[in-house]
Amino acid sequence: MAGETRSMTMIQAINSALDVMLARDPDVLVFGEDVGYFGGVFRATEGLQAKHGLTRCFDTPIAEGGIIGCAIGMGAYGLRPVAEIQFVDYILPAYDQLVSEAARLRYRSGGEFSAPITVRSPYGGGIFGGQTHSQSPEALFAHVTGLKTIIPSNPYDAKGLLIASIEDYDPVIFMEPKRIYNGPFNGRHGEQLRNWAGEPTAQVPEGHYTVPLGKAVIVRAGKDATVLAYGTMVHVAMAGIEESGVDAELIDLRSIVPLDIEAITASVAKTGRCVILHEATRFAGFGGELSALVQERCFWALKAPIARVAGWDTPYPHAFEMDYLPGPGRLAAALARVMED
Amino acid sequence: MRNDRSFSLHIPEPSARPGGTPDFSHLHLEPAGAARRPVAETPGLEMRDMPYRFIRVLDEAHEAVGPWAPRIEPDMLLRGLRAMMLTRIFDDRLFRAHRQGKTSFYMKSTGEEAIPVAQSLLLGARDMCFPTYRVLGWLMARNYPLIDLVNQIFSNEADPLRGRQLPILYSARDYGFYSLSGNLGSRMSHAVGWAMASAYKGDDSLALAYVGDGTTAEGDFHEALTFASVYRAPVLLCITNNQWAISSFSGFAGAQEAPLASRAIGFGLPGLRVDGNDFLAVWAATQWAVERARANLGPTLIEFVTYRVAGHSTSDDPTKYRPGDEANHFPLGDPVERLKQHLIALGVWDEARHAALTEELDQAVRAAVKQGEAVGTLGESKPPVREMFEHVFATPDWRLIEQRRELGV
Repeated sequence: MAGETRSMTMIQAINSALDVMLARDPDVLVFGEDVGYFGGVFRATEGLQAKHGLTRCFDTPIAEGGIIGCAIGMGAYGLRPVAEIQFVDYILPAYDQLVSEAARLRYRSGGEFSAPITVRSPYGGGIFGGQTHSQSPEALFAHVTGLKTIIPSNPYDAKGLLIASIEDYDPVIFMEPKRIYNGPFNGRHGEQLRNWAGEPTAQVPEGHYTVPLGKAVIVRAGKDATVLAYGTMVHVAMAGIEESGVDAELIDLRSIVPLDIEAITASVAKTGRCVILHEATRFAGFGGELSALVQERCFWALKAPIARVAGWDTPYPHAFEMDYLPGPGRLAAALARVMED
Repeated sequence: MRNDRSFSLHIPEPSARPGGTPDFSHLHLEPAGAARRPVAETPGLEMRDMPYRFIRVLDEAHEAVGPWAPRIEPDMLLRGLRAMMLTRIFDDRLFRAHRQGKTSFYMKSTGEEAIPVAQSLLLGARDMCFPTYRVLGWLMARNYPLIDLVNQIFSNEADPLRGRQLPILYSARDYGFYSLSGNLGSRMSHAVGWAMASAYKGDDSLALAYVGDGTTAEGDFHEALTFASVYRAPVLLCITNNQWAISSFSGFAGAQEAPLASRAIGFGLPGLRVDGNDFLAVWAATQWAVERARANLGPTLIEFVTYRVAGHSTSDDPTKYRPGDEANHFPLGDPVERLKQHLIALGVWDEARHAALTEELDQAVRAAVKQGEAVGTLGESKPPVREMFEHVFATPDWRLIEQRRELGV
């Protein structure tokens, strides 16, 4: 079923997921601003309209509330719409649709109606996009019960998780780390750009396969500390662990909601130390929830206070981007700190 | 540079406040039969006058007149009358139940019954209505079980929505009634999405959305109109302009500057302005819009001019912000009375039968309330607490399972 494997960037893997699902299921529609003829500002939907037709992949008005509202209506009817919000920073006009409608519809209607929609959206920093093209609002979605929030960190997971999201019966926010669309990024801005070619996770089957929602993965096994990360920060974490010399275990959450609590607690119970890394601002960020969960479940195993490495509590800045975005140095320093205790 | 005169800030005010004399001359009504009836295939741009006209069928003598007079069998008119009467009787009885502490909340649709009843009877079983909280008549016209309404209002063990929703925020998929919610305007784009899906599938299921006059100010309204127009979705977008949004008169939605139906013009859509208290006018305008949609000609915006006779809900006293007798000055009368008089004029109805029907419906509502009370009113009975944790996701995640155990249910 999954077919031949070839090397893909994350953009190509996402495009392939949409292509596979458009071909497999006539109830899948793909739409959003500039996604039709043009193929999306990041090229995620390139060629899909030409291949699958005008009514399967099309442009929309610049109205995010309308895009997600229409998707909910289509989902209630019985389709499986995949809407793109061009940058997740633009999703806020549709927040009411996500919170008051998509996340509540099944519950409030006693199961009569539901919104099996997928909302794809590029998020995160590292591209000098300024405040409105760089933010990481996953905590805004994680707080809303009824929504699922997925964040891949490599091409293989991106395709498998996106297909699983489209096939899921709940509304899914699928946040794509745009900094690593075309290659991994370890947080060291001065280094030469890398591409996905040659990375094991860039070997992606051409056909249909899924990566289950709610399952984290151990990217690097270790015994002395646990690092929790997702999206671009998985790559930053790997570089930071190497820089620190600490034998840390790196867990890529992949799924914010549903959260793989078992993978997290099993690792921290083993290592006794936990560092949480995300790009989003720290205060009331998703790291706060992770920290509370680890404390509640692993308190007696902890050898040091849980550490958080995150974006500073400022609006996302432009010229100071690399001072703002957590890099490997900050993670290495946090690891060194938890090892002191 | 200086202005010739200094600016002054305009704050709209209704024609009358408590103690004043109501004046509805700003509605620019026309007599029955005056408005033209374009053929349904007419391009939107050739109907730009229609939002400024006023479609009315029943005249002062209770006769159906003019080009919009629909052909409706007397039996269907009687079904409409019955559903409207039932809605009103039910509203009165359940409003009182709130005063008696049997429920937490209630909202009446008194004075607006003709709109959902006529539309519910006209649209098909596979069409979907995206309701507001004042279209109970839709369900009444389709014989939704009274006991299910009562149980939902009492949030008791037999509540079809399992105790999760505020009273009257019904959901009834089998009756073409989409899930209601307390936020405004956000389902209008769902109706458009539903209609787009139906068009994509080559289906024949229409969508019909309601919003009130106040909600036309929401961005959702304008986005829904944009999508409906862009994709020519088979959807009827209906504004029930009942003049009041809680205590704010329709001037705060911009209705003083232009009729709400005229919002259609900028989208190239037909916009009709209709007597919402005239069952036959509602029927005729809806039938026209359905005909257009079924011919794949896309959406129609219809403003139904009506009047909210009761307060907004059980939580406000309308005499605090509008004249207590304002309803008596509203120039379009009472929709139940007007249809009743028309049926009498047709010779198929009379006062004796009307009184007998009133009694029959009142008995039916009393019986349903009694049956609901036997299950329990608010606080006396509720669905199993376990239901609180169901339907959050298709399959509950570990949080919900753990929390359900923590609560011990």
